Formats: sequence, C-alpha cells, structure tokens
Amino acid sequence: MFAANKNLPTDSRVAVRNASSLEDMLNGMSTSIAPTRGWRARAARVAEAATTPLVPADFLDLFAPLRHGADLRGRVESVHPETADAATLVIRPGADWAGHVPGQYVRIGVDVDGVRCWRAYSLTHGPRADGRISITVKAVPDGTVSPYLVRRTQRGTLLHLEQADGEFVLPTPRRGETTRLLFVTAGSGITPVIGMLRNLYPSTDSGVLRPARSASYDIVVLHVAPSEPDSIFLRDLRALEAAGAIRLVARYDDEHGVLDLADLDAIVPDLAGRTTFACGPAGLLDALAAHHEERGLPLLTEQFRVSTLVAGEGGTVTFERQGVDVECDGARPILEQAEDAGVLLPSGCRMGICYTCVLPLREGAVRDLRTGELTTAVPGETVSGGVPVQTCINAAAGPCLLDQ
Amino acid sequence: MTTIQKKATIGQTNPIAHLSPEDIELIAKELDDIRQSVIDTRGERDARYIRRVIRTQRQLELGSRVVLLASLFPPAWFVGTVGLSVSKILENMEIGHNILHGQWDWMRDPKIHSTTWEWDHATPADQWKHSHNELHHTYTNVIGKDNDLGYGIMRVDEDQPWHPAHLGQPLWNFLNAVFFEYGVAAYDLELRGNLRRGKQRTEKFRREARAVVRKIRKQVTKDYVVHPLLSGPSFLPTMLANFTANTVRNVWAHSVIMCGHFPEGVETFEKRSIDGETKPEWYLRQMLGSANISGSKLMHIMTGNLSHQIEHHLFPDLPSNRYREIAPKVKALFERYDLAYCARPLPQQVYSAWHKVVRLSLPNGWLDSTNARNLPIQLKRLYQMTTGGPKVRRALQARLVQEQRRALAA
Repeated sequence: MFAANKNLPTDSRVAVRNASSLEDMLNGMSTSIAPTRGWRARAARVAEAATTPLVPADFLDLFAPLRHGADLRGRVESVHPETADAATLVIRPGADWAGHVPGQYVRIGVDVDGVRCWRAYSLTHGPRADGRISITVKAVPDGTVSPYLVRRTQRGTLLHLEQADGEFVLPTPRRGETTRLLFVTAGSGITPVIGMLRNLYPSTDSGVLRPARSASYDIVVLHVAPSEPDSIFLRDLRALEAAGAIRLVARYDDEHGVLDLADLDAIVPDLAGRTTFACGPAGLLDALAAHHEERGLPLLTEQFRVSTLVAGEGGTVTFERQGVDVECDGARPILEQAEDAGVLLPSGCRMGICYTCVLPLREGAVRDLRTGELTTAVPGETVSGGVPVQTCINAAAGPCLLDQ
Repeated sequence: MTTIQKKATIGQTNPIAHLSPEDIELIAKELDDIRQSVIDTRGERDARYIRRVIRTQRQLELGSRVVLLASLFPPAWFVGTVGLSVSKILENMEIGHNILHGQWDWMRDPKIHSTTWEWDHATPADQWKHSHNELHHTYTNVIGKDNDLGYGIMRVDEDQPWHPAHLGQPLWNFLNAVFFEYGVAAYDLELRGNLRRGKQRTEKFRREARAVVRKIRKQVTKDYVVHPLLSGPSFLPTMLANFTANTVRNVWAHSVIMCGHFPEGVETFEKRSIDGETKPEWYLRQMLGSANISGSKLMHIMTGNLSHQIEHHLFPDLPSNRYREIAPKVKALFERYDLAYCARPLPQQVYSAWHKVVRLSLPNGWLDSTNARNLPIQLKRLYQMTTGGPKVRRALQARLVQEQRRALAA
C-alpha cells in the first residue's frame, strides 16, 4: 500500500540534496536563533522564569495550539469519503505553516490507540483562499495509521505536522517551450499528481479553469487501479479530461488486465518526448525504471515504502546516554525497534531522506536495509565522536553502541 | 537469614514460611499475567487520562497563580493557595513521579516522556530517576541499600541497635516532611556520605551538586521572586502563599510515601537476604515491603496512585490509572497465598508510620512497657541509656525486652 511512506526518488538531484541536508544539519548544530536583547527577550526570560520547569508554550498550548511560534500542528476540520476505503481530511494548519509546492507531502503525527505515529501523505488540495490543506488517505487493510485516519478521525482532532517536503514536484516550464509530461499513477499514487493537477487547473463551481500560467503544459495521465470503483479522484481526472486539460488513460486490472509496460509506446505514442513522473508500488516503479533506463528516458519516481533488500544480522543496541539496551533483529530498522522498546529517538521521514534520525554510532555495525551496505564504527579508527548513521533505514548488524 | 526469618525465631510469625519455592514461582507467573493484561490493553483511554490530568493541573496552576496576583485580599490568598497546593501535588505525584517512571513512554509523545520530563522539585529529574527508579525500586526495604527507607538517617527496624542519637528521629522526620523536596535532593546526592568524604568527593558528585543548586535556584526564583514581584503590592502574601503551597505539597508527599513502606506490618529485609534473589523472590519482597492507602478515587489521584503502593512496586512502569483496576486481582492473589495485603485509610497509615518512627527512636520495648505507673522509672532508665556507655545500654535493653514480653503476655 501506500501508507504513503515516500521513498528515495531515483533522481540524482535528490541524492545531491541529501548530502547537503546532512551538511546543513551538522552546521546547524552550533547556530543559535533566540534573540538575547530587547524588551521582548526580557519578557520571554521573565515568562520562562515564571513557568520553569515548564516553558511558557506549555501553558499557551492549552488555549492556542495553532498560534505563531507553537510546534506545528493542524486541526481536522472535516473528513470527506472518497471511495469505500479512502477519505480526504481537510486540515487547518498552524499559523507557521509555510505552504507547499504541489506534489509535495506533509508528515503527520497522529495518536493511534494512544501511540504517536508519523506518516507522510501527499497534499491533495488545490488553491484555497481559506488556507486549509488536505490529504487523501487510503486505508490499508492491515495498516495502523491509515485505517485510523480514514475511519476514526473526527472533526476537531489535533494532528502534529511538519513543513511540506518532497522533490516530486512539477518542473518549472521553460519560456516559450511546452512541458510534455506523462504521469503514471497506481492506486493512491494518484495523490501527489492530483495535488499538482488541481493547482495547474483549479476546479471551481463553473468548471475546470485553464489559467494562462498552465498553458505551456501538455499532460497525459496513465492511471492504473485494480478496478474502477477503487479509483480515488476518478471524477476529478475525468473532469480535467472533459475540460481538455489532460489526456486520461485509465487502466483497470479487472477490465484491461495487468498493465504491461511493453504496451506503453502504444498507449503513449509520443513517450520519447515526455518526462515521466511515476508514483505507486515498488514493483511498478522498478519495472518503469528498467524500461526507461533502457531507452534513456527521463523518470522521476515517488515510492511509498522502504523495500528491504538485505536484512542485517541483528544485535544488542545500546543507547549510551539513556543507558538502555534494546535487542534488535536484523530485519527492521533500529528506530522502529527502539521505539517499540519505549526509547525516544529523533525521527523524521522514516525512509532515509531527511536525516533527522541520525545518531553517532560509536562502536559496532549497521546495515542499510535498502542497499545492504554495511557501516561500521571502530573506536580509535573511525571518526571520533562516532559515525553518523540513519536509524530509520539501518538495522543492527551485531552489537551497536549509539551516542544517545 | 532474612530479617523476616529472624523475627520468626524470636516469636513472631514468618509471613512466608508456608510458601514453597513452587508457590513463589506461581505467584510470579500470575503477576506477569496481570502485567501483560494491562500492556495488551494500553491505549487511547489511558492516553486521554494522562493528558487530561496534565491539562487540569496546568489550568489549575495558571488560575491559582493569577488569583494570587491579588493575594493581598485574604479570600484570594486562600483560594490561590489551596489551588496551587493541589496543583503542585498533582504535578509531583500523579504526573511527575509517574512520567519519570516511564509509565507513559509507550505513547511516544516526546512531551510526556521519562527522558524529557522535568518536574517542579528540587531534585533534577535525572538524579531522581537514578536514586528512585534504580535504587529504591530495586532494593525496596533492604536496610542499608534502600535510601528511601528512613532516608539513611533513621532507625527503621528493631534489629538496628539503638543509639541515643535516634531519640531525635521524630524531629528529623518532621523536618524532613516540611522540607521534603530538599531532603530528597540531599539523599539523591548522597549528601551525607559525600560531605564526610571531604576532599575525596568525586567529580560526579560535584557535577550533580551543581545541577541541584541550579535547579533549586530556578525553583526558588520562580516561587519567591518572580511571582511575588509580578504580584506588586501583594509581594509578601504571594511569597507566603507559594511557601505554604510548597510546604503542603512536601508534607503531603512525605506522608504518602511514609505510608508506602513504613506502617506496621510492612517487612524490611537484610542486605544478605537479596544475594542471588530471583525475579519471583523480588516480586515477593515488593509484596511484603509495601502498603496501600484505601480511599476514594480522588484520594488515589492525589497520592499519584501511590495509594496503590503494592501494585506500583510490583509494576512500577504500568500507567498509574490502571493500578486501581488491577488491585482486586492482586489482592485476591495475596489472599489465595495467605499473605497480608496491608491497606488502611490514610489517617491510620500515617498514625501507624509515625508510631513506628517514635517507637524506634526509643530503645526496643521501651514504648510497649511504659505506662503511667512506671513512667518515672522508665524515664530514669532512658536517661541512663542515653548518657551511659554501650555496656549500660546493653544491660538495660535486655531488661526492657524482658518487661515488654511480660507486658505483651499479660
């Protein structure tokens, strides 16, 4: 499914960006941002002295959890069913919400059965005057978070948010040139794409608009789904097609049989002139990647979940400063298993992109679940202070000592 | 030989003599099952509970502090002080103590987590977690190991030889109650031992002492400088209100904690008795070394559910709102294995604990064998034991015990 854990796009731009975020993270450690002078700073110090060991925000949060300066949160304003197992949540984000680029996702922290869980979901709303945002969630049969969001979320629920992120966004059109795109979407892989299309061609009471800024796009959408009733946003896609904004090719497994990429040239005759954006399950994306690589065609993908390549050996992971030992198996990330054992660790995207979860590995070995790559730290031999490792995509490969 | 076993040899019954090793294993098995049943059903209801308690406490604190801005007016002073006292009690007990135990870590909420929480208390959370969670909960009621037991300054068992210095312990206990948070900070630092050690104090001690001083400075600044200053003309009444609230909280917390391990009927253990102790034996020690306070739901919340000290000591990291729910099962287990489930209302437990403090401040048997008729002669003996040497003490002690036996037999 698409618990919408976005994975590393195969695009090389992203790899470059990752490197720079690690650098940013390391540089950012020494910079401070709080103002130290002026009456505001003095008032803030008095407020802190009056509320210690809590902070003033702890009290302000009682009344205004969505105010400026608060941790980013959002309040669910309404839940709209899309299909039998999918729903769109309209959310009023906190005052510090910085907006997004269509196609990006937002990470959402939600308490499911009392346990805080974080997942990423594509933003699916079009332009909105009221500043609300929306996500569309498909309930995975055995999922934890998605069934909760689709079936049990109520109006007024407070969610935790992070700022929008993601590289799966529209390319800036070159002046005077037509941007030819092919979107391949499978199941709820439609969600980032609908976010982009709704912003290009806003839907209003009087029908779909085709503003001048969108005139230079030529878009084909190849939408794959198990069957027609399962298709989220099918009405929107059809409306877009009726307005002449896109060419829609809908393929249903039960009707047309499972999509064979060999047919792609027949479905999209001008495939060679288009940049492909694909979002869906790993199998389809891998096949597309092979198909396009062979022909030297440009491809940008968005995957929903880390697929494990090689399992680690497992071992005892010691969190040095917390003084906690966790027995970890080699098949799941250290982050997940430590959390199950009640250890609180920094976490972000949970798919190896954002580097929020990096901890120094002082001693031991971890294995990258995506690539099988082994990272080892030997005191005295590797960098002092520990080798930075991402706990969300690394599994223990023997006993590990983490500085946390 | 455990202290319990030794007592059995001098005529008291050994409360576990009837248990076979298999029984002890079975008890542990049942306790594990009870624990698992709670873990399996932890969820939204529990999360809602702790969030509601935290929200209520913060609203109460904020409201009380606002009312105290006008504390020059006696009704405002009264209302604000009561509110702040209740708020501070909730903050320390149902919220702070239990979060620092990791009871709510399963929620993965970084704001309600044992590794990030800091409380309104003289002791920094980190140090308290070590001395309380690791030492007290591991070595519960083991004389010489458990600092909670008499906080290292009191005589807590007849087997400890009496010394004239123990006469002061009711006073120490009273002062400890009034300034409890500082007493806790002192024993978390192992202050007495470290002061005695002089120059050999460790770097660790110095670092921790600095952290305590910093924490106390912040706490004192808040309650005795910032809020009084914000109150303007009500400076002094607000200061007094805050002092009162801190004292009420201290005395309340001290009373509840004394009730947990000090009343008559709670067992203490010798250091040697826990060598090679197994998990089932550890469970048994927790069962015998703790006492409950019976009462209403409100009483349980105000004690931070330490009114379920037995359940808390068996399962220190289960959410506190569940102790009340599992208590009947635990009690039934005690009854099935013919063990004493020590639970009484608060006044009785407090009286019982204080009675023990006073009794043990005096030579063994003195209190029991004293009556209106023999008071002069008893006081004379006490004077002799206080001023005399070890020989005098031993001789008179023997006579006291003899008379006590006779008094009890009569």
